[in-house]
Amino acid sequence: MDGIAGRRPLLIWAVHLSVAALVLLWTIPTFGLLVSSFRDGDQLSVSGWWTALTPTERNIVYRAPAAEAQVEQAGQWVISGNVFEGQAAGEITKFGFSSKAPTAFDAGQSAELTKGRTLSVMANGDYRIASSEEMKGKRGARIFFTSIDPPRFTLENYRNVMFSEGIGRSFINTLTVTIPATIIPILIAAFAAYALAWMKFPGRSLLLAVVVGLLVVPLQMSLIPLLRLYTDVGIGKSYVGVWLAHTGFGLPLAIYLLRNYIKGLPKEIIESAKVDGASDFDIFRKIVLPLSFPALASFAIFQFLWVWNDLLIATVFLGNNEEQLVMTARLRELLGSRGGNWEILTASAFVSIAVPLLVFFSLQRYLVRGLLAGSVK
Amino acid sequence: MTSVSLKNVSKSYGAVEVLRNIDLEIDKGELVVFVGPSGCGKSTLLRMIAGLETITGGELQIDGELMNQTPPAQRGIAMVFQTYALYPHMTVRDNMAFGMKIAKKPKAEIDAVVGNAARILQLEPYLDRLPKALSGGQRQRVAIGRAIVRDPKVFLFDEPLSNLDAALRVATRIEIAQLKESMPESTMIYVTHDQVEAMTLASRIVVLHGGDIEQVGAPLELYERPANTFVAQFIGSPAMNMLPAELTGTGAETAVQIVNGGAATVQVPSEAGDQGTAVKFGVRPEDLTITDGADFLFEGNVKIVEALGETTVLYFEAEGEDASFVVKLPGIQSIRKGAKVRLTAASEKLHLFDASGISFLYR
Repeated sequence: MDGIAGRRPLLIWAVHLSVAALVLLWTIPTFGLLVSSFRDGDQLSVSGWWTALTPTERNIVYRAPAAEAQVEQAGQWVISGNVFEGQAAGEITKFGFSSKAPTAFDAGQSAELTKGRTLSVMANGDYRIASSEEMKGKRGARIFFTSIDPPRFTLENYRNVMFSEGIGRSFINTLTVTIPATIIPILIAAFAAYALAWMKFPGRSLLLAVVVGLLVVPLQMSLIPLLRLYTDVGIGKSYVGVWLAHTGFGLPLAIYLLRNYIKGLPKEIIESAKVDGASDFDIFRKIVLPLSFPALASFAIFQFLWVWNDLLIATVFLGNNEEQLVMTARLRELLGSRGGNWEILTASAFVSIAVPLLVFFSLQRYLVRGLLAGSVK
Repeated sequence: MTSVSLKNVSKSYGAVEVLRNIDLEIDKGELVVFVGPSGCGKSTLLRMIAGLETITGGELQIDGELMNQTPPAQRGIAMVFQTYALYPHMTVRDNMAFGMKIAKKPKAEIDAVVGNAARILQLEPYLDRLPKALSGGQRQRVAIGRAIVRDPKVFLFDEPLSNLDAALRVATRIEIAQLKESMPESTMIYVTHDQVEAMTLASRIVVLHGGDIEQVGAPLELYERPANTFVAQFIGSPAMNMLPAELTGTGAETAVQIVNGGAATVQVPSEAGDQGTAVKFGVRPEDLTITDGADFLFEGNVKIVEALGETTVLYFEAEGEDASFVVKLPGIQSIRKGAKVRLTAASEKLHLFDASGISFLYR
């Protein structure tokens, strides 16, 4: 008795812990992505998202203007300014004038340069190079400094992504691909699934076996032949082509899933409808379809996510122009051409996650049990 | 007038024959019950009449029309399923109206017919509920209502009470009997494995066993004059006692000597050639009485006493292969376990079957 009573809570704990671990595994990177997408680009490139709330230390090189910027002040020739000109200000802790010792001096100190010149850098970034005689030279002095930046959060990344990086257009393109590529296979598969489940015709089980067999065919195998076929019949690289491709690749799973669900509906309901005079089409439309909502919704989610996240098929069957570039391809381009711009990447990744999440949560209410309650027993 | 006629109907799944040469005429207004143990083919036969199973051989006629290939909806039948088979996403009203809507009947007519059926079955308060908000009995009434709305020539019931609990089963059984009375013109075919339902509802009972019709007849005819040992033991509870015996005297009445028991005279005719053959002697538990006299049928030790108040059932120790038997005595009895009891029965209550199990009455 003790053994049985003692093991069960342990098992439950194990289940709970693994669920918690899985949730963490999924949410932490997502959360990191979310935080990163709101961070300032400069900070993002030097420190991880988990340091987002603490100040960032940066080592920066500033080149002071050349000698012609000097002014004479009280018998001294002076070049002054602020090292943060044109960028967000931080707080300077150390500075130096040579790459060998970039942190040789504390902020506020005065450093002795060559030829009797002195350099001082204040904590707020104001610097001053002073010399007793007129300075010469075409290149300004380099100032190395260590700056502590306060955390900065911004919506700028999202603004950039949605309005200037072409993601908005790609977003529309992806929707243009995804919505028909989700609806068309469901329509076809529901009809096919009903026929394979409830209509008697010769070769039915063979047909079902073929469908199941198609589940294991890797789609990569058919990419080139399909593309050639498209070119031959004149579809070429177009939305129609990509819809058809996604439909074809999604159908076996859709038919298989839906057929199994529809076959599981109580036989008596179908027979009762037949006795009531309903044709197969009536039964499909008025009985089977309303009762198959959970299966339809789960497949819709599957197919939507798969098409939304697809890069391969879109790359093969769609062009690389502004009108046809989908989200995933655009993200890859951003990564490829501007590998450093993580803030753009993270923000656009989040934009692309938003829609699948929306779809999931809106269809999730159809994933209900007990739809058949009251029908049979 | 014949409503449903089966001529030499058979059904096989591949090489497996589940029904053989079924011949049956059902008259208009009859309530015929198909009864038999599980797997006897009774539901299959009903589904063949409904058109849900194909007919392998023979002819099915409904109202004189050949129906072998006709789809279910055009056969003029309505079926009530064991599992109700309600459309779970439709209200009671829509469930009942479904067939008429499919047939594109005018709305006013649908409302009138559905309203009428709901009134008959006292479903009016539930018309706008979904099936899941109904009790089992109400669900089965909706299923019956759906059948009534179709206004069929033949009602088919496939074990409609099996899913209900015992109390509800009795109540619904009575409702079905009343429904039948209110629709004397409708033919009904009712499948059950429960002999109480069969006995109480049927105008005629068809006993099926292993794909064959064993006997067709009115309930009490089956009880009093079973055609063979199967019907004899299937109808009546507890089952009829069956004892091996030897035929000792022939004529208008037949004398037998029960193996390990007494002698008896059975009021069935036999022929001279039967003399000395082995037969099966049958007597119903409720026909046996206790006797002190020397003229007894059998004697045995009581093994188990089941006192039910209204009756007392005694189980006797088995002596020999076929010799276990049961006695049902009225009221409360003082007989204890282990007591030695002698039993007898009135001569006209005895049954006699030949070695192959056929009753001497039907030879």
